[in-house]
Amino acid sequence: MTSFINALPGAISQGMIWGIMAIGLYITYRVLEVSDLTVDGSFCTGGCVCVTMIVGGCNVWVAMLGAILAGMVTGLVTGFFHTKCGIPAILAGILTQLGLWSVNLAILGMKANQAININNYKLLVSLRYLQDVSKGTRPFYNHPIFAVGMVTVVVIAILYWFFGTELGASIRATGANQNMARAQGINTSRNIVFGLVLANGLVALAGALLSQYNSFVEINMGRGAIVIGLASIIIGESVFGNLFRNFALKLLSVSFGSIIYYIVIQFVISVLKIDSNYLKLLSAVIVAIFLSIPYWKQNLRVKTGKEKNHA
Amino acid sequence: MLKIENVFKTFNAGTVNEKKALQGLNLHLKPGEFVTVIGGNGAGKSTMLNCVAGVFGVEAGRILIDDVDVTHLPEYKRAKYIGRVFQDPMMGTAATMQIEENLALAARRGKPRTLRPGITKEEREQYREQLKILGLGLENRLTAKVGLLSGGQRQALTLLMATLQKPKLLLLDEHTAALDPKTAAKVLEATQRIVSKDNLTTMMITHNMRDAIAYGDRLVMMYDGHIVVDVSGEEKKQLTVEQLLNLFSRASGSDEVDDKLVLG
Repeated sequence: MTSFINALPGAISQGMIWGIMAIGLYITYRVLEVSDLTVDGSFCTGGCVCVTMIVGGCNVWVAMLGAILAGMVTGLVTGFFHTKCGIPAILAGILTQLGLWSVNLAILGMKANQAININNYKLLVSLRYLQDVSKGTRPFYNHPIFAVGMVTVVVIAILYWFFGTELGASIRATGANQNMARAQGINTSRNIVFGLVLANGLVALAGALLSQYNSFVEINMGRGAIVIGLASIIIGESVFGNLFRNFALKLLSVSFGSIIYYIVIQFVISVLKIDSNYLKLLSAVIVAIFLSIPYWKQNLRVKTGKEKNHA
Repeated sequence: MLKIENVFKTFNAGTVNEKKALQGLNLHLKPGEFVTVIGGNGAGKSTMLNCVAGVFGVEAGRILIDDVDVTHLPEYKRAKYIGRVFQDPMMGTAATMQIEENLALAARRGKPRTLRPGITKEEREQYREQLKILGLGLENRLTAKVGLLSGGQRQALTLLMATLQKPKLLLLDEHTAALDPKTAAKVLEATQRIVSKDNLTTMMITHNMRDAIAYGDRLVMMYDGHIVVDVSGEEKKQLTVEQLLNLFSRASGSDEVDDKLVLG
C-alpha cells in the first residue's frame, strides 16, 4: 500500500499527460464523431520529434511546437485519405498510423529509441523533477502535476474559446449533422480535416510531454493510445457526466478520467501485484465493457418494452 | 430566379437497377413564384430538388439560380443561395446543439466562418423575436437542445433557419409529410406566412393534392422525369382534386393513378 501511495504523484502526472492526448481524441471521437486511429502513431511522432529536437539543441518550447506541428501534419494526411480519397475514416487512420511507424523510426535516425540526458537539457516535465521537488531541491512549479496542469488548463481554455467561434461551431455542427451542416453552407470535408489536424496536434503534444517525463522515447510509445484515450473519455463521462455539462468542464472530465485510469492501473500493479504485461489486456476489456453498456441498456429497454406490449 | 435547363440524371447507370430519374427536365421559376410540385413515387420530384440543391451532380443540362450557373458548385457553396427544409425532421437541425446555436449557424449561411464569436447577444434578442413568429413558445427555450423538440417544432425551426438569411430559393421537400395532420397544418401555415412576408421564390414538393392546390401560385406535376402538367394563375385557383387526377391520367397516358398520389 505504501508503494502505491508513493507512486501516486507519478500516476497522476502520467494520467494528466495522457489526458491531453484524450482531449485531442475527444475532438474527433465525440465532437466530430469520427474514430481516428492516427493517434497511435501521432502520439509517438510527437515524442520522436520533441526528443530529436531537444537532443539536437532546440529549446524545449520550440521542440514542443515542432511536435505539435508534426502531429498536425499526420492529421492532415488522415484527413486527406478520408475526404479526398474516400477511404473510411478508421481505415484512413490505420494507414497513416502504419506509415508513421517508419516515419517515426526515420525521425529517430533509424533507431528504435532515444534517451535524453536529463542533466544536459532543460525540460518542462520530468520524473526526476518530481523527485527533486519532493526533496526540496527544485521549486514547486517544476512539479509535473503543476506543469502539466498548466498546459492542460491552457489547452482547455483555447479549445473552449475556439469551439465557441463561428468556425468552431461549424465544426461541431459537422459532427452533429452533416446534412444540416452542408445545407447551411458549411464545408464539412474541410471541417473534418481541420478537426483531425487539431486533434493530432494535441495528441503529439501529449507525446512530447510523455517523452520528456520519461526522458526517453521509443518506437512503440503510442501503441494502444486510442484505447487509453477512449477509456479516459468514457470514465470521465460516466463519473462526471451528470455534473459537468459545460464544454470546458467536459474536456476537464476527460483529463480527470485519464487520471483515474492511471491511478487504477497503479493500484492494479502495486497493490494487486498483477504482472504489468497484462495491463493492455485489462485496458481492452475495461474499454470493451464500457463501450457495450449503452448498447446493452438499449436492448434491455426494447425487451422490457416488448413485454409490456404483450401484457 | 431558378432555371433548370434540359437536365438529365440517371441512377445506377449501366446496371440492372438503372433508373432514369430526370430526362431532359426544364423548369423556370420567376422571382417570388411559389410552385408546388406533385407526382407519384419515382416521378423525380425529390431528385429534381436534390439536383438543384447540389446533393448530386447531373449528367447533362444546366441549373441557374439568379443567373448564376451553379451546375458544378458543391452543395455547401450553393447553400449561399438556397434555404432547405427536408422531409425527415431529424435532418435539418443539429440535435446535440442548442436552438440558438442552430439559428446562429443558419444566420451565417453563405458567409465565411471566422474566429469571431459563434453567437452574439444582439443575435439572441433577434432570434427570440423571430421564434415568436412560429408561435410554438420556442422563444423561451433558446438554450434548449434541439434534440428535445418534437418533429413539428424541429420542422418549424428548420423553416426559420432556412429563411433567416433571405434565400434566393426556398426548397421544401415534403416537409410536412412526417408530421401528424394538425402539426402539418401549423407548419404549412408558418410556411405561407414566411414565404409571403419575404416574397420568397419557393418550390414545395408535396404528396397532398389539396395542399398543392391550396398553396402557391403555380402547380407542376411530374411523371417519369418530366413535367407533364403546369398550371398557374386563375387556372390554378379554380383547380379541383378531380381535375388534377384527370390531368394526371391524361398526361401519364393511363387510367391507373398512383395510390399515394390520391391518398396523400
